[in-house]
Amino acid sequence: MNINEEIKELINKNDVCLFMKGTPDNPQCGFSMAVSNILKHLEVDFKGINILENNNLRQGIKDFSDWPTIPQLYVKQEFVGGSDIVKELFENGELKELLKQKFLIKTT
Amino acid sequence: MALSIKEITDLITASIPDAVIEINDLMGDNNHYSAKITSKVFNNLSKIEQHKLVYKSLGKKMGNELHALTITTKELK
Repeated sequence: MNINEEIKELINKNDVCLFMKGTPDNPQCGFSMAVSNILKHLEVDFKGINILENNNLRQGIKDFSDWPTIPQLYVKQEFVGGSDIVKELFENGELKELLKQKFLIKTT
Repeated sequence: MALSIKEITDLITASIPDAVIEINDLMGDNNHYSAKITSKVFNNLSKIEQHKLVYKSLGKKMGNELHALTITTKELK
């Protein structure tokens, strides 16, 4: 399986998939920590993929998304953005709305 | 090698000539910046496309010489 197929499989398997430096419990970069904390705050189930454990994945995800930085958030196979966009969407309420629409968090 | 505020501004201006750019060195270390960029080229684009235009202007420097750049893009109406 090549790296693009591996990435596709990860985002197909995980409705909310965060490619990050470190893990949700032990983030290795402030930007990855910020996005991970936002998802925790919204109480959404997500899979944190530590790109530091795999050099192919570290470069592969940047090529796959055509996006040069980490973290990167995928929701239902769709690229939502990096930390700046996720923070903006969180602050204006759009991220919560998106997750509600996709039935990934409780609607009440 | 870190990038100076002027180098970042020049790179962005080279590909987005009408950009109004405000850059702050967040930690005073030439390595963690925030950039607020306003331009007509962002009009009617998604946030992802807007940020991609900024990343493209920085080319391979993003993530290499330039470790951390917080980007805020605004449309110019």
